[in-house]
Amino acid sequence: MTATQHTPGSGPVIEVRDINTRFGTAVVHENVSLSVQPGEIFALIGGSGTGKSTLLREIILLQPPISGSIRVFGQEVVGLSDDAALPLRRRWGVMFERGALFSSLTVAENVGMVLHEHTQLGDRVIGEIAAVKIALTGLPPDAGPKYPSELSGGMRKRASLARALALDPELLFLDEPTAGLDPLSATGIDELVRSLRDGLGLTIMMVTHDLDLLWRAADRVAVLGRNHIVGVGTMNELSQSDDPLVRQYFYGPRGRAAREQAWKNG
Amino acid sequence: MTSQNVAQLSIGAAPAHDGATVDVRCTGAWTVQGIAELDRRLESQPLPEKGEVVVDGSGLSSLDTSGAWMLHRTLDALKKRGCTVRVEGLRPEFNSLLALIASREIVTGAPAAAAPLRLEWLGRRALAGLRGTAAYFAFVGESFIALLHSVAHPRRFRWRVILHNMQTAGIDALPITGFLSFLMGLVIAYQGADQLQRFGANIFVVDLVALAMLRELSPLLTAIIVAGRSGSAYTAQIGTMKVTEEIDALRTIGVGAQEQLVLPKMLALVVVLPLLTVYTDITGILGGMVMARAKLDITFPMFLDRLDEAIAISSYWTGISKAPVFAMIIALVGCFRGFHVTGSAESVGEQTTMSVVQSIFLVIATDALFSIVFIWLDL
Repeated sequence: MTATQHTPGSGPVIEVRDINTRFGTAVVHENVSLSVQPGEIFALIGGSGTGKSTLLREIILLQPPISGSIRVFGQEVVGLSDDAALPLRRRWGVMFERGALFSSLTVAENVGMVLHEHTQLGDRVIGEIAAVKIALTGLPPDAGPKYPSELSGGMRKRASLARALALDPELLFLDEPTAGLDPLSATGIDELVRSLRDGLGLTIMMVTHDLDLLWRAADRVAVLGRNHIVGVGTMNELSQSDDPLVRQYFYGPRGRAAREQAWKNG
Repeated sequence: MTSQNVAQLSIGAAPAHDGATVDVRCTGAWTVQGIAELDRRLESQPLPEKGEVVVDGSGLSSLDTSGAWMLHRTLDALKKRGCTVRVEGLRPEFNSLLALIASREIVTGAPAAAAPLRLEWLGRRALAGLRGTAAYFAFVGESFIALLHSVAHPRRFRWRVILHNMQTAGIDALPITGFLSFLMGLVIAYQGADQLQRFGANIFVVDLVALAMLRELSPLLTAIIVAGRSGSAYTAQIGTMKVTEEIDALRTIGVGAQEQLVLPKMLALVVVLPLLTVYTDITGILGGMVMARAKLDITFPMFLDRLDEAIAISSYWTGISKAPVFAMIIALVGCFRGFHVTGSAESVGEQTTMSVVQSIFLVIATDALFSIVFIWLDL
């Protein structure tokens, strides 16, 4: 597990430097840089269309930037071939915004499929480990044999998380982990994210809009806006920022409510 | 793999006398990549039967959730046998991981549904087939009711959608249908040429090509191409809309799915397929003409003169009259299969396959029926 593989202070897990991204003539990122430290819960926020998810997709090798460098676990990933990327891909897990579960497989098969693909384990133990992952994400045990179309939105996200955790990754990417969930399920996700970091020693990078999740779980937050990173820091530091975009985010009516809630809870 | 990277479990000798302990040592990397070998070995390895067992975890180099599960499972098995188990020397972070796994309710080996008996399977298949047929007729009925509604309220026809469907199913299909029927005419003339030449009946190649194309091949060929091109597209489109809940959205807006999705496709195809058939009649005969000139020295004017004499206008009309029926079959089967898609991407593929197979089957079967009817009517 990560506790042995990643001693704190061994350099950043993710290092993004001077990324430029354009879609046609529309500029998305202009010299964007950031770094994520081991064991950290790092959040990327910003308004719609500021390129949060695009940056995430660039880090997990789903789409190349125009220029710049992205290092994950110290290895350059921009321009990496699929073969060369395989060892890296085994070390991270991705939970997609809408789950992206394979609809023709049950939840347990979705998790087991990753294990079949990347380990020499037998069928029986794969079934057991899939059940462990499903339990870890807080799904009821009877969710395993169900198909994704039989699950609620919140359960689908948890199932997607179970699949992302299949190979015990050191690094976890979450795309909008609470979007579309009721407040109760969303709170469950907050706690889940923290318990995963504390229990399994993961490094977590997430893209989110959810201010409650940010106050409760994020160690550090980067705000994307105007094609740049307009602020990086803890939520407390950011809430004192002078940047109008950051202030907009924190001092809108929702931002204020979430902040007061966070103070109340200490 | 070196022994460092592989999970190992070594069990000490059985106690010489009561009260002594059995030592179990866990070493190596108990990780998802390292436990495969151990798992296979554990299945046959006898565990201590009774007494006190001391599990020494100080030799563990790493532990992940899969390894922790393996450890938890082994400890559990020991306890179930009546052993008193003590775990020693585990690093604190490993200990908390083990506690995390132990704290969850993990249900393994959910019983798989037993495979049904052959007879039961047959019965279920037959029942599903009957239900499917009933559902298909219900769907056809609903579609015609929707059509009557629309005829009663002509403003509810979605002209723009109908025209768009005509474009995609008709105009966009011109190159492929034209080319294939040209080839078909070419081939028929070529195959017939040898036989006819032997009897010096060169000119009858016109009868051969024109009759075959007008009465049978051109309507059939066009319908089959359109079933493959457009019928499959209808199923995939409606099926995907079903998966993404767009059909439900239509209902909530108060737009009937039949009206918005089925009728425009059906009407467009009913108009367009006969027109396509006329067009493939022409290209097919053109193919025959080209081959007749090349192989049998029949010039174009000769060919056209003979065409006028040889072919009764009824041959042309019998061919065309089948096209609207084929169009209905293709549109209704394509849409019906689309509505039958359930939740998954695989289901879209399955239903699309079924849509094409069934509509081609029904088109050919209907064509055979038409032949019988036309013989009765002496057309």
